[in-house]
Amino acid sequence: MKDLLKSLRYTLLALLASLLVGAVIIVVTDIDALKVGDYGKAFSTVLTAYKSLFEGSFWGVRSISNTITGTTPLLLSGLAVSVAFKAGLFNIGATGQMLVGGMTALWVGFTMSGPGWLQVPLAVLAGAIGGAIYGGIAGVLKARTGAHEVITTIMLNSIASFLVLWLLKTTVFQREGRPDPISKLIADEAHLPRLFGFLEGRSDLVAHSGLFVALSATYGYWYLLTRTTLGFELRATGLNSDAAKYAGMKSKTLMVVAMLLAGGFAGMAGATEVLGTYGYASTSLAGNIGFDAIAVALLGQSSPIGTLVSALLFGALQAGGRSMQAHTDVPVDLIIVLRALIVVFVAAPLLVKAMFRVKSQVSAQGQTFRGWGG
Amino acid sequence: MKLELRGITKRFPGVVANDSVNLSIATGEVLALVGENGAGKSTLMNVLYGLYKADEGEIFIDGASKKFNSPADAIAAGIGMVHQHFMLVPVFSVVENVVLGSEPTRRLGALDIEQARKMVREVSERYNLNLDPDAIVEDLPVGVRQRVEIVKVLLRDAKIVVFDEPTAVLTPSEILEFFEIVRTLIKSGKGVVFITHKLKEALTIADRINVLRRGKVAGDADPKTASEAQIAEMMVGRPVQLTVDKKPASPKQVVLSVRDLSLIDPDGRTVVDQVSFEVRAGEIVGIAGVQGNGQTELVMALSGLRNANSGVVELDGKDVTKASPRDRHSLGMGHVPEDRQRQGLITGMSITENLVLTRYHDKEFCDGMRMRWSDASKKAKELVANYDIRTSDPDQLASTLSGGNQQKVIVARELSRKIGLVLAAQPTRGIDVGSIEYIHEQIVKERDSGTAVLIVSTELDEVMALSDRLLVMYRGRIVADLDPKKISHMDVGLYMAGSRPESAVGSRR
Repeated sequence: MKDLLKSLRYTLLALLASLLVGAVIIVVTDIDALKVGDYGKAFSTVLTAYKSLFEGSFWGVRSISNTITGTTPLLLSGLAVSVAFKAGLFNIGATGQMLVGGMTALWVGFTMSGPGWLQVPLAVLAGAIGGAIYGGIAGVLKARTGAHEVITTIMLNSIASFLVLWLLKTTVFQREGRPDPISKLIADEAHLPRLFGFLEGRSDLVAHSGLFVALSATYGYWYLLTRTTLGFELRATGLNSDAAKYAGMKSKTLMVVAMLLAGGFAGMAGATEVLGTYGYASTSLAGNIGFDAIAVALLGQSSPIGTLVSALLFGALQAGGRSMQAHTDVPVDLIIVLRALIVVFVAAPLLVKAMFRVKSQVSAQGQTFRGWGG
Repeated sequence: MKLELRGITKRFPGVVANDSVNLSIATGEVLALVGENGAGKSTLMNVLYGLYKADEGEIFIDGASKKFNSPADAIAAGIGMVHQHFMLVPVFSVVENVVLGSEPTRRLGALDIEQARKMVREVSERYNLNLDPDAIVEDLPVGVRQRVEIVKVLLRDAKIVVFDEPTAVLTPSEILEFFEIVRTLIKSGKGVVFITHKLKEALTIADRINVLRRGKVAGDADPKTASEAQIAEMMVGRPVQLTVDKKPASPKQVVLSVRDLSLIDPDGRTVVDQVSFEVRAGEIVGIAGVQGNGQTELVMALSGLRNANSGVVELDGKDVTKASPRDRHSLGMGHVPEDRQRQGLITGMSITENLVLTRYHDKEFCDGMRMRWSDASKKAKELVANYDIRTSDPDQLASTLSGGNQQKVIVARELSRKIGLVLAAQPTRGIDVGSIEYIHEQIVKERDSGTAVLIVSTELDEVMALSDRLLVMYRGRIVADLDPKKISHMDVGLYMAGSRPESAVGSRR
């Protein structure tokens, strides 16, 4: 717990630092106020912007619902990057794995008809399996041929997005009567139940029980890492593959397993988006989530709790950003800047340390990944 | 010229590497700076060479205070350094390496290689270094490469030359040649600082010996009167046993049998060449050799980390030539690997996790997939106590341990289970005298309990002291099978260098 607070402290300071830099950006881009020299207005813009950012993410049921909706896929795909990091692999392919997982979940979602308690878990499972197989391809390529996973996962992303585009134009998937690539709707029973379904007439509360899928997956990830022999092997390989080989671990098998797990998590992210958020699939199903997941994993240092916290932070920023844009002239793009700044500040703890004059030593934050060499 | 360091203090976060150290050296003398790893020798020399800035203290040259902000300042003041790891470009010729960084040039910056060649030849003759200026560095033996480094330093007009562990990579005969060079340097008016942890060498060559312990000067010794044991005690702070105490071996059945084992590098070089030998229960077989003669690869083939290209390895009569490392562990092979940081340990994991690294899959620590960390913790506590691993908490990262204690973790893990054979590669490289003593004791104890032990070490003293039977490896072959009690260091050294002593006493081949 103490270690957790310690590692969180720098994350919080990084958040604070990026909000400060963000404020400067808001002020210097407020051209109208600067032209007339109305600095008071510029600063009040900062306050209003940050106030609505906070309110839009945590103030009221609707804000919380939006935050949860944003957090769910970020957490699952964040785990997809984290589990690969832990094993020393850099998974850029969460996007592709999400797309494939989303499509397999979708297929189960509209072809099957059965009670919800059966169909929802089956569809989520189908998503996990689809994603796992797709992630596993990169693992097998690396283990068999040495092809670097950064290259292969990026390529597999492109393959997945065109695969989805093609599938959505086939009669199996395309919604009848639609010329554009958009899928059939999933069966009503296949929907992940809404979290706030008990509130009558609030169709704007889109948060769904995919959150529990994501939280269970996070618990599973924690259990895997800390309580199982497989988790021990994955961590050992990620930290020192030579020592892992010396200890008799099968590094090639572990590469494949790590990528299967990674793809499984990302596949669930795709599944919850289809079964919870949209109810159908389109080409923009994965959006930027697969890439934001990399930042989530980096920020959370690939730990289960860290990934959870940073996914929540990013989900909240995303929800709050929209409300910020609605209430002020500050564009939602500032959120992208803020997220980037947080990652920069977390990656450069010495900078944060200098800014806030933190006396103690920067804790050994452990390398998150080892780049191209591994 | 007289060089003085006064009150040098250098702190790193959490440690005082040098604590008001005083030291002086004049031209015409050899000062040996001895101390264990981590005693602060290298830090002190890096301060002197301008690589680190001292927190306190001053450097005086002929009584005048000097400030060195970079090695360039130190070089300008007449200080030269020959590093332990040579700073040479392997594909360049000797002369190209020597002038690299201060090339003599003609008009328009054209390299004047003729001039450079002349300079190298001159220095080489004056100091008897016997260097061919046009030889390519990668073709040269290590001893000759070291001379290239020496020429580099001399050409930059060094008055005082610092050698950082210069003998670590040399064969015994090359060491003698090195001492000759040092004597020539002294005769022609240079001063030499000789950093080492090998006391015998310090006693042979030095005019004065300074001992460092935990960053402080622990005392001076006069090589004419001081004994090895006295200096060792100064280094460690308590009396130490320098020889290995053991009874004669009583070898029993063959445990490890290696026949015609060969290993070929991906680039086609034969690194292990038709090696055959046996190790019996209850004996310690040592393999001596200069680093890079195939010992590393031999150990990898024996432990299953690399596949042999031909030949047979048998463990207790079972053919394990193709067996995986895991299978060999289970058949009772313990392995203390050569590089503890790279192979033996995962420094980013806890001591407990490292103590079960090769046995986490054992029924003792898991039920199928589920780890029972409580049992691993219990075992770890037991091993920490039994093997004298100095830590307050086994849940701390292995990186918090000193080198000696890290090595004890590996030894504890590999020796504490039921094994029939131990492969120990460089079991005491770079660790403190106290830990060396302890690990040697453990190895002998393991032998006495009937385990077969194979020690591979480039420290000749270590293999000579530990082994009951001594093999010498040279260019991938076993060139001698010797009785360490009946042969001198010098003669083993000749085998290590690929020649054969004239009085081949004690050789069974």
